[in-house]
Amino acid sequence: MLAVNLPNLKKRARDVRLNVLYQGMKFGQGYIGQGMQTADIMALLHFHEMNWSPDRLEDPTRDRFLLSTGHYAISMYATYAALGMLTRDQLASYGQDGSKLSLGAEVGHVPGIEFSGGSLGQGLGVSAGLAWGLALQGNSARVFNYMSDGETQEGSVWEAAMLAGSRGMGNLVNIVDVNRVQADGPLVLEIEPLAEKFRAFGWWVEEVDGNDMAALVEVFEKARDVADKPKAIICHTQIGAGSPTLESYPKAHFVRVEPDQWQGIYEEFEVASAEGLKGAAQ
Amino acid sequence: MNNAKLTKSDGDKAMEQILENISGDASAQMGMRDMAGPFGKVLIDVATVRPEVVALTADLSKYTDLFAFAEIYPDRFLNVGMAEQNLVNVACGIAQAGLVPVATTFGAFLTRRATDFIVMQAALPKANVKLIGAVPGITATFGPSHTSIDDLAIMRAIPNMVVIDPADGTELGEALSAALAYEGPVYIRQPFATHVDDAENKDRKPFQIGKNVLLREGSDIGIVAMGFMVDEALAAANELEKDGIQASVLKVSTIKPFDEDSLLALSASTKALVTAENHSVVGGLNSVVCEALAREGQQVKVRAIGVPQDCFPEFGSREYVQEQLGMMPADIAQAARDLLV
Repeated sequence: MLAVNLPNLKKRARDVRLNVLYQGMKFGQGYIGQGMQTADIMALLHFHEMNWSPDRLEDPTRDRFLLSTGHYAISMYATYAALGMLTRDQLASYGQDGSKLSLGAEVGHVPGIEFSGGSLGQGLGVSAGLAWGLALQGNSARVFNYMSDGETQEGSVWEAAMLAGSRGMGNLVNIVDVNRVQADGPLVLEIEPLAEKFRAFGWWVEEVDGNDMAALVEVFEKARDVADKPKAIICHTQIGAGSPTLESYPKAHFVRVEPDQWQGIYEEFEVASAEGLKGAAQ
Repeated sequence: MNNAKLTKSDGDKAMEQILENISGDASAQMGMRDMAGPFGKVLIDVATVRPEVVALTADLSKYTDLFAFAEIYPDRFLNVGMAEQNLVNVACGIAQAGLVPVATTFGAFLTRRATDFIVMQAALPKANVKLIGAVPGITATFGPSHTSIDDLAIMRAIPNMVVIDPADGTELGEALSAALAYEGPVYIRQPFATHVDDAENKDRKPFQIGKNVLLREGSDIGIVAMGFMVDEALAAANELEKDGIQASVLKVSTIKPFDEDSLLALSASTKALVTAENHSVVGGLNSVVCEALAREGQQVKVRAIGVPQDCFPEFGSREYVQEQLGMMPADIAQAARDLLV
């Protein structure tokens, strides 16, 4: 069992959120709401759960992280900046002409990125192949795939899920971020019951509040003890989590924020941080 | 409220810095709209008089100008979710039921992800489906996943498929209208609904499937252009005129079936040709032009302006990428000058 420093993890999640807001402000728009919603999971994985660190990007024994939802790249960059892997200036270039920090993270642009995203529903298949290949070579590294709920509408996800389940890929962890929002608005095609779907495909499944750090720590801890099945951790998240303004934004999928709104967003974020995020066990 | 002071973190410093220097620069993203644009208006107009016309999308109604249609005709609209392969198959099933489906998503996803489904279910049985590929070429401003620089090459190679790349919003509407009047599978690129109409709106000839339009006549160089590159070709022609070089500009809107007669007439009346397209120079307009010229035994030099072979465009705005790839009017003009040396 890993030692857990909960206050530190929460502080890291806060840094990730600040870095998300920073990128959003510099660009004026982007997948800001999603960046906020993913911060707790990203912080947990990169500062605690994964056998990984910024100085081991080429280490074959490192755990792998594949961001299937390339649209959430903003939180990947935010996390990397919190780890010192990106500078402030690099972070400020998010989404801008010629920037390596594109809207969907691609391999080779930013060191650490393991998967080229943007076209959805592709991460789980690559993750399954990676998990199978690592296991074949006796490599005990785990593979973490991070996907959005909308992606489960793509048939390719279930082709991969069937393979992983039938092969009992115990080294594969699939994080499904359920915010119930997609490009056209609230889910245009119902995806529930998601847990039952993955169970039917032979997966170990848990559901958790994806913005509750203590609960997240616990569920990933449990998943570590399940050796013979792929793990689906269904994280229910609030888009914009930590910023009441962004949470209430009508077009939350891709938001544009006017310059004069940022001061307010920052101030209310400070209040929210001090009070602890919604659902966060104190 | 808990007023416990948090330690000043890296993130705080980031925030302080940005609050001192806020930048509001941002471009509208991928033509998102709630109100009907040129495409949506035509679709709604046709649907009003033709109850068999229906529309479907894969979670991109707002980005493909279908939102207004969906509001007006909720019963005749189907959102299949993010599932492009299923989008194509469902559209083909709808066609088999005797309706006329218009199916939209981004061109990259439609033509790359669902190619086999298009070949087997749309092209082979000549299903009466209209497949709409939005944010074509380098206009997607997202990255390689959304950048469809190969859709024309893919769709052109598929038997029975009509392939249209409209120059502007007006022509997009006309192309949709023509496609709905045509019986069989059609692929139409959907440029930004916000894209300005072409510079030659006066005296414009209405769109016809398989007909090119000569927009400007000059005997030195012939520029064959398609999509938003038609505007760039006209700008290049103006630039060349200042140097005393007279350029013709031939607007291509249908890459298949291709209007060879207009091309052969152009090559006969000019000294060399430049092709300009919002697509890879492999498999698109340049290929169509060179294939036709070679078949007819025409000896003419042709320069290609477009996305170079073996190039994934850099990330950025359309204007930025266009400049990076040498797709500006000045680049077209320079290619013309080089040919005339």
